[in-house]
Amino acid sequence: MAPSMESTTGFKFDNVRRNQLLGDKGYKVPTATKTGTTIVGLIFRDGVILGADTRATAGPIVADKNCEKIHYLAPNMYCCGAGTAADTEFTTNMISSQLALHSLSTGREARVVTAMTMLKQYLFKYQGHIGAALVLGGYDVGGPHLFTIYPHGSTDKLPYVTMGSGSLAAMSVFESRWRQGMSREEGIELVKDAIEAGIFNDMGSGSNVDVCVITKGNTEYLRNYARPNERVEKEQSYKFPAGTTEFIVPRPAGVAAGEESTAMDTSA
Amino acid sequence: MSIMEYNGSAVVAMVGKNCVAIAADKRLGQRALTVDMNFQKVFPITDRTAEERIIEPKTFSNLVSHMLYERRFGPYFVEPVIAGLDKDNKPFVGTASDNLFGMCESLWEPDLEPEELFETISQALLNAVDRDAMSGWGAVVHVITKDGVITRDLKGRMD
Repeated sequence: MAPSMESTTGFKFDNVRRNQLLGDKGYKVPTATKTGTTIVGLIFRDGVILGADTRATAGPIVADKNCEKIHYLAPNMYCCGAGTAADTEFTTNMISSQLALHSLSTGREARVVTAMTMLKQYLFKYQGHIGAALVLGGYDVGGPHLFTIYPHGSTDKLPYVTMGSGSLAAMSVFESRWRQGMSREEGIELVKDAIEAGIFNDMGSGSNVDVCVITKGNTEYLRNYARPNERVEKEQSYKFPAGTTEFIVPRPAGVAAGEESTAMDTSA
Repeated sequence: MSIMEYNGSAVVAMVGKNCVAIAADKRLGQRALTVDMNFQKVFPITDRTAEERIIEPKTFSNLVSHMLYERRFGPYFVEPVIAGLDKDNKPFVGTASDNLFGMCESLWEPDLEPEELFETISQALLNAVDRDAMSGWGAVVHVITKDGVITRDLKGRMD
């Protein structure tokens, strides 16, 4: 493709053939970080409550012990993400920008169904290759709304939902205790217990509970609402006395960082 | 073998009190063959901008993040670590990988002074690298403070 014809928006695929070749030669090509996750949402008397754990994993390694999985979409709308971390992050970010522009041009607050439709059409277009599994919640002119959106673009509209690898543990809590017209306190408690069920019973989920309560004209983001896995204080400080590490002393004066070392070939 | 282990390397960054440190080993390999024992892996960013102005670490990491996500379906084989001090000298760091996680988890503590941070990051890197056959051959540490950058070449195992 001529340089002028090259698309400046969307994804680039110029490394795909090279990577495929390397993969065929037996080099394992890295896969995107997938997060084992517990995310939930429920409708209560005055609105919706979203909940999420805060563990990010890269295979068996815990990459981040306190990440944020409840993403901002609009002032009246938030979205929990499970699946490929980068995909949930960038997809919600992009839809958030589009929603901001949309409400600016219409002069109204965006509806939750609008966000849901934009998300499902985007995900369907990529036929499941964008691995974002979402729980979307918000409050608009029509009242509270709660959706789940799957990576292939299908959606559900339900009064209580769970997603991610901890969804079964969380759903067992919802199925036994959710009921119509719960109070705010009851709702938050139930969401917390559902997420904790995931944290303690699913290996892919862990650390803390984030909660987001969305009601008419008000959103409350309760970051680390519960911290059931506080790290105990270290018994000993592992500070090293100055001079422990040997280093080459006469570093020539005026030599910039790594100037004398071999530079990377970036000509290609 | 994963393509990510083709060249072999270890990079870390850590936050201290009003300072950050970034460090890397010096080996460049092609699988088990060592090609270069003094290869530069840490690059200054702020004095490189064409517009002669400073980019915030947070902004730069957002930029890198978008550059990588653009290649979502045909990725570059890189895992960059970004460290810097922002306008309020608030430190900001990215993350490193497997072997180093354990070392950092036990050695790091909050509010280390620049010299303490130097010892901590050096020991974390050196000990992680000594347990990785594909990394090593010395290391370089940069501690960024508001007064300037302290750069030191560590004496590591040369095997």
